[in-house]
Amino acid sequence: MIDVVMPQMGESIVEGTLTKWLKKPGDTVERDEPLFEISTDKVDTEIPSPSAGTLAEALVAEGQTVGVGTIVARISGGPAAAAPVAAPVVAAAPVVAAVPVAAAAPPPPPPPVAVAVAAAPVAVAPAVAAEPAGLLSPLVRRMARENNLDLSKITGTGAGGRITKEDVEKHISQPAAAAVAPASPSAVVPPVPSPAPTAKTRVEPMSNMRQKIAEHMLMSKRTSAHVTTVHRVDMTKVAKMRAKNKDEFAARHGMSLTFLPFVARAAAEALRAFPIVNASIDGSNIVFHNEINMGIAVALDGGNGLIVPVIRNADEKNVLGLQRSIVDLAARARSKQLKPDEIQGGTFSITNFGSYGSVFATPVINQPQVAILGVGTVEKMPVVIDDAIAIRSQCYLALTFDHRLIDGAMGDQFTAKVKAVLENWSEDVL
Amino acid sequence: MNRPCIVRDLGRMNYADALAIQLSLARELKEDRGTDHLLFVEHPHVVTIGRNGHEANVLAPLALREQLGIELFECDRGGDVTYHGPGQIVGYPIMDLRKWKRDVGAFVRAVEQTMIDTLEEFGVRAFRIPKLTGVWTGPEGSEAKVAAIGVHLSRWVSTHGFALNVQTDLGYFQHIVPCGLSRPVTSMEKLGACVDAGKVKGALARHFAKIFDFEPGETA
Repeated sequence: MIDVVMPQMGESIVEGTLTKWLKKPGDTVERDEPLFEISTDKVDTEIPSPSAGTLAEALVAEGQTVGVGTIVARISGGPAAAAPVAAPVVAAAPVVAAVPVAAAAPPPPPPPVAVAVAAAPVAVAPAVAAEPAGLLSPLVRRMARENNLDLSKITGTGAGGRITKEDVEKHISQPAAAAVAPASPSAVVPPVPSPAPTAKTRVEPMSNMRQKIAEHMLMSKRTSAHVTTVHRVDMTKVAKMRAKNKDEFAARHGMSLTFLPFVARAAAEALRAFPIVNASIDGSNIVFHNEINMGIAVALDGGNGLIVPVIRNADEKNVLGLQRSIVDLAARARSKQLKPDEIQGGTFSITNFGSYGSVFATPVINQPQVAILGVGTVEKMPVVIDDAIAIRSQCYLALTFDHRLIDGAMGDQFTAKVKAVLENWSEDVL
Repeated sequence: MNRPCIVRDLGRMNYADALAIQLSLARELKEDRGTDHLLFVEHPHVVTIGRNGHEANVLAPLALREQLGIELFECDRGGDVTYHGPGQIVGYPIMDLRKWKRDVGAFVRAVEQTMIDTLEEFGVRAFRIPKLTGVWTGPEGSEAKVAAIGVHLSRWVSTHGFALNVQTDLGYFQHIVPCGLSRPVTSMEKLGACVDAGKVKGALARHFAKIFDFEPGETA
C-alpha cells in the first residue's frame, strides 16, 4: 500500500484544499495519472498517483483543507485484483466507433474519458456483522464480503485504527495457518489451482473504458446488419483549396487545416439530402433526427481507447467552424475535459483512419446511429481522364450502413452525394 | 542561465479555442518536447467559474447572459468566478515550473509582480493585499482590483493565468461577484493610464521575461 500525501507545493504553502477527486475508491490508476486536485492560493493543481494500482482509500473529503504531509489517499499495489462492481456509466453507451482514428498528432496518454465510475454500490452482505466504527474502503468491504469475514474481529492498523487491505490479508492468512498446524502430518495440502504465471503471457485487467468499448462493439455487430460501400473520390479541388489557405489558416487561427472538415461539410450536405441516413431505429419505427449532430471519432493516445465527441448542428458550420470544433473536441477528449452532453446525441459519425495511413477500412456503426463514414488517406495517384493519364489527389470513402434501414442503392446515393460535393468543391470561403 | 520563452499574441479568440491551444502547449511541455510560452489573448464576453467557484456568484440569469452574449465556462483553474471580455489583456503563461521553481506561491507572486511592474511603468501604483491574490490599486480602505489571477498546474506545468483590465467595460462585472469578493474592480482606463493594448502587452512580456529569467524577446 502506498500513501499519497498532500505534497509540498512551495515554501510558503503549508496547507491545501482538496477541491475534487478525479478517481473513486476501487478505480484502477496508472502511475502519474491525476488522482485529485488541490487548491492553494488561486492555483489548482492536479496531484498524480505515485504508482500504478488501485485507489484503495480516499481519506480526505472534497472541500476539506489539510496540511502538507497529510495522507490523502492510499494506493494498493498492482492493477485491481478485483475490479470494482460494474458501475453505471455517465453517458449512455459511451460512444465508440470502429477504427483507430485521429485528428492530430497523438499526445500523451490521458486516462479514459466518459467512463466516470460512480462509487461502487456496496450491498451489505448479511455475513458482514456490525461494521467497526470509521470508514471502510470499498476494497476492504468487498474483501470482507468475499471471504465472509467479521470485520469487527480485525484490528485496524491504518490511520485512526482504520482497517486496511493488509489487515484483512493478514487476518485471512492467520486462521488458515492455525488450521493446518494440528492436522495430521499425512494431510496433503491440495495444490493451489491458480495457474502459475508463465513467461509466455502476461495477464492484465481491462480498463473500464476498454470493457465498455468491447461491449459496445459487439452490441453494434449484433444489432445492425453492417454493409460497407466504398467510393473513390477525387480530392484535387479540395486539396488545392486547402493548399491555398493552409498557411494563412494556421497563422490566423492557430490550428492546421486538414481534410476532415471538408469531408464533414460534404457529409452534412448529403445528410440533409438523405435524411434516412441521419436516423435511428426504435423497435418498428424509424426515428428521423431533425438535427445533424456529427460524431467525430477520436483515438485516445497509446491505444487507450476511443471516444466520439459530437459536433452539434454540424450542417450550420462552415469549414472553419468545423475545423475549430474538431480540434477543440479532440483536444478536450484527450485531456478528459468533455462534458457529458458533448459525447451524447450524435446522429451520424465520421472516422478518419486515413490519418494513420489506411486506404480504406470497414468501420463499425456507432449505435444507435445507422451509418458511419470512414475517410481513407488522401494520396496522389495516376487516373485516367478522357483517355489521358493525369495525377490527381484521391481518397476512398467507406460508408458502413445498417442494411436493416438503408438499402444498398440508398447507401450509394448518399456516398455519391458526399463525393459530388467534394469533387465539385465550390465554396471559396472557408 | 536564461531559458527561451515564446510570446504569442492570439488576438481576439474565444475561450474554448484558446483553451485548446493552452492544453496542447502544456501537453508538449509535459512530454519534455515543448517550449515555455506566454500567450496573450482577448476573449469575447465570457464568465468562467474556477474550481473554488460557485454558480451563485454568477448573478446574471441565463436569459440575460444570452441576451448580452456572455458565454459561461466551468474550468479547472484555481479561484472563483471571473469575467473576461474586450479591452482586457488575458495572459496565459504555459510554463514548466520544474525548470524555474517548484513553488506555487512564488509563481503566483511573480505573476503579480509582472503586472505591478508593468503598471508602475504606466504610472499606476499597484500592490498586493495579503490573502487576496491579484493586483490592487487605490487608497487604503477603498482598494480596487485591476488584475485577477487563476492558475492550473498539472505535473508542474501551468495553464490559465492572469487578466489585466486595460479598457474593460467594467459594467460587465456587475453580472458576477468577481472571485467571490464584494470589492470593486477597476481598469487602467479608469485610473487614467495608458490604454494602448499593444504597449501594455509589450511591457508585460518584458517584465515577465525579466522576472522569470527568460531570454528576452522571441515573439511569434
